[in-house]
Amino acid sequence: MTLNNWKTVGTNVRKVDGLALATGGSLFVNDLLDEDYLFGAILTSPHAHARIISIDTSAAEALDGVYTILHHENVQRVPHTTAGQGYPEPSPYDAVMFDNKVRYVGDRVAAVAASNEEIARKALSLIKVQYEVLEPVFDPLTAISEGAPVIHDQDDAKVIIPVFYDKSRNMPAKVETSVGNVDEGFAQADVIVEDVFETHYGHHCPIEPHVTYTKLDPHGRLIITTSTQVPFHVRRIVAQVCQIPVRKIRVIKPRIGGGFGGKQEILLEDVCSMLTLRTGMPVLLNYNREEEFVSSRTRHPSRCYTKVGVKNDGTITAIRLHVLLNTGAYGSHALTVGSNAGSKVLPMYPCENIDFKMEAAYTNLPVGGAYRGYGATQAVYGLEVLIDEAARRIGMDPVEFRKKNHIKSGQGSPIFKALGEGTEGVEMTIGSCGLDKCIELGAEAIGWGHKDPPSHPSKKRGKGCAILMQGSSIPHVDMGSATLKLNDDGSFNLLMGATDLGTGSDTILSQIAAEEIGVSIDMIIPLSSDTDVTPFDVGAYASSTTYLSGMAVKKTAALIRHQILETASEMLGSPVSALDIDDGVIKGGSREITLGDVGLHSLYGENQHQIIASASHITEKSPPPFAAHFVEVEVDEDTGSVEVLHYVAAVDCGTAIHPKLAEGQTEGAVANGLSYALTEQYFFNEKGRMLNPNFGHYKIFSSSDMPKMTTILVPTYEATGPYGAKSVSEISINGALPAIANAIQDAVGVRIASGPFSPDKVLAAMAKKS
Amino acid sequence: MIQISLNINGEDFDVDVSPDLTLLDLLRELGFHSVKKGCGEGDCGACGVIMDGIYCKSCLVLAMQANGRDVFTVESMGDVNDPHPLQQAFVDEGAVQCGYCIPSMLLAADVLLSENEDPTDDEIKEALDGNLCRCTGYVKQIAAVKKAAKMMREEENDAE
Ligand code: FES
Ligand code: FES
Repeated sequence: MTLNNWKTVGTNVRKVDGLALATGGSLFVNDLLDEDYLFGAILTSPHAHARIISIDTSAAEALDGVYTILHHENVQRVPHTTAGQGYPEPSPYDAVMFDNKVRYVGDRVAAVAASNEEIARKALSLIKVQYEVLEPVFDPLTAISEGAPVIHDQDDAKVIIPVFYDKSRNMPAKVETSVGNVDEGFAQADVIVEDVFETHYGHHCPIEPHVTYTKLDPHGRLIITTSTQVPFHVRRIVAQVCQIPVRKIRVIKPRIGGGFGGKQEILLEDVCSMLTLRTGMPVLLNYNREEEFVSSRTRHPSRCYTKVGVKNDGTITAIRLHVLLNTGAYGSHALTVGSNAGSKVLPMYPCENIDFKMEAAYTNLPVGGAYRGYGATQAVYGLEVLIDEAARRIGMDPVEFRKKNHIKSGQGSPIFKALGEGTEGVEMTIGSCGLDKCIELGAEAIGWGHKDPPSHPSKKRGKGCAILMQGSSIPHVDMGSATLKLNDDGSFNLLMGATDLGTGSDTILSQIAAEEIGVSIDMIIPLSSDTDVTPFDVGAYASSTTYLSGMAVKKTAALIRHQILETASEMLGSPVSALDIDDGVIKGGSREITLGDVGLHSLYGENQHQIIASASHITEKSPPPFAAHFVEVEVDEDTGSVEVLHYVAAVDCGTAIHPKLAEGQTEGAVANGLSYALTEQYFFNEKGRMLNPNFGHYKIFSSSDMPKMTTILVPTYEATGPYGAKSVSEISINGALPAIANAIQDAVGVRIASGPFSPDKVLAAMAKKS
Repeated sequence: MIQISLNINGEDFDVDVSPDLTLLDLLRELGFHSVKKGCGEGDCGACGVIMDGIYCKSCLVLAMQANGRDVFTVESMGDVNDPHPLQQAFVDEGAVQCGYCIPSMLLAADVLLSENEDPTDDEIKEALDGNLCRCTGYVKQIAAVKKAAKMMREEENDAE
């Protein structure tokens, strides 16, 4: 920790868009429509795997109010990835806008634009499609085995960076890396623990489903207003898929109703744009809740074969982690989610012998994508369960075992270099690490080592914990930038590509600008994510906004501050070195002037000019935030139901720029992690159709499901981040699976090696044990 | 088309509606954008409004059924210059993240506070149970309702 006298950073200023949202302002895509627009709708595949033999749209076209119909015969075939990643993307180019083949129930077949929703849906029902149904494959292991049906048999599917890609074996990605000699490591171990852990499908469930609105402006430029995490990637990928120049496109992200990774994907923008280009009319295209579950993106299910060797003194001698990722019908984010399963988990325990392998499999099921936690969620579950088991087997307290073994400040991990975003990573040593404190405070808050009696004789209580890490941005890949402009009243326009998806980044980035310049936050007018107006940013993903975009804002603010002082120096006749800005007032010698004086002078006085600055930032490292999660559960031995009584999340995110928002990120991530671990689940029929695409049957936590929750922010200072900040948004979604599994083990002595921890699964495990 | 009359936030409206139009879609067409659609199936609560004093999900109500009724949306509670204590407390407590679920949650909280001026955590959880929020974990919203309740009690005491 460094001592500071910050005025805005570290305080709970009012969220800049809070009141406008709470008073119901027209701020979301759906609120910003013109009087007249067409309604777009997408026809999806009823089959998991089929070839389109013919498509007859004549009856649909004859319907009054139908403007255009798009399908594979009338839209150019441009292989691309729907993953909203930086160029060149690590995800394979295995998607086209419309194909003559469908690869899962919910895959795109055609799209229509009509004068209203009713006609659009009617038109879809009139499109006659003849399919040749092909044999589907749903199991990832079967999919990559000899003789499985090939899902991507088209010639033009490819990768555009030099990485593994074998579509003939349904394998969109594969990574292998090892350190030391694992077999020797296991030979040295006194205790070896191993198991296969399965994680299940999950959906982001933003309360606002995906929505896009496109229109042409009077100059013929395409204006895309869309609920996205990645406005600049939307611009690039729509240009690519619709074959129009980037300069013809403007992407505007208004307020968006949650993303969690699901909106780091170009799902509606290309189709909606094409409907507008074909008709010349504004078009609204959105997913309803069912389409959101089925046709958008999901958390990649996984099978993680995990093995840990330890000595009796608690030394870890070897770790093996083999991940089989089910990426569904398209390879969106498969390589990077799979790589992150290693890179965001294995460095947690420095160990000389590590063996990591990741294989991704195409199947005829819904498509995986980016989802808060991004691979770490999948892999940390098994590792943290086995760490508990290993500790128990050598008679050491699991908390003590973790304290002894976790990575510390000043330590590195060969994994950082070995595993990047699909290709090699970068070497890194840990700067800030507050894990010891997180563990200590978390254990205290849960009452570790102390067991209260259960509420009923048929119930048993248990406690569990897990430690976690994530990253902060992607080194040498991500870039953020900002512009600041001084106005004549001393206020500033803060223009940034960074994308606030409800997280509060407009607020914390304004805080950083205000702090660096020396003004109150009211003087900062943030505007984010309009590709015509704001400078570039890769967007809101990889836990990058605070750390990376925050640094870009900080640099920009330092530049503009200097320009202000130069003008003030002319005005005051004092050297720049004698001046300081404090709460919007510039003091030098006996006189003082306000920023408004400087703004007015710069625009209308001598030596007229616009005081304006821009800066970009890339990072050399991705400093991990760390967390220790603790949970107390009560398991009903009669019914198998697991009730969480208390959840504690102690998090080291460096400096919390806005503590309440950082807590909010943690609480929201924990809530999502809890319902994923306990209730969320996709059910499929034997034909690959999801049976429960609604909130009635896909249960996400509501207020009364939430247990008592304690959030502890453990401040550390990350020297490479703005005011010492690291990321916070993703990490806390990862704790619930392992911590609850460990607590169940503590309560009733069984290990649950697959999510969700439904009553029937817990009962079955208990029955098997006895 | 059927002609209906209803009162929205104190203003009378006479409108022609088709028999299958939902109240949700009618309100949005009339520009009451605080009323959101998250599912259209009665599961998420983003479309909540107060009709004749009762909190309800407007996607499950036909516009026709609102004939002759008084409907309130969050637009009636306050504005950015003069927010309702609940709106103020939600912002101050950090209960607003993306904000998509917030307008209807505020209405649900408002109905609770009109019946119970000092609710417990469990009572608040129950009142907000029909409003799904994926961003927050509900912790700050419970704190915000308590804070607003306190502010409103104090205001009332001051007024007496
Ligand atoms: S839109 Fe009405 S409950 Fe979801
Ligand atoms: S604040 Fe985003 S859904 Fe509630």
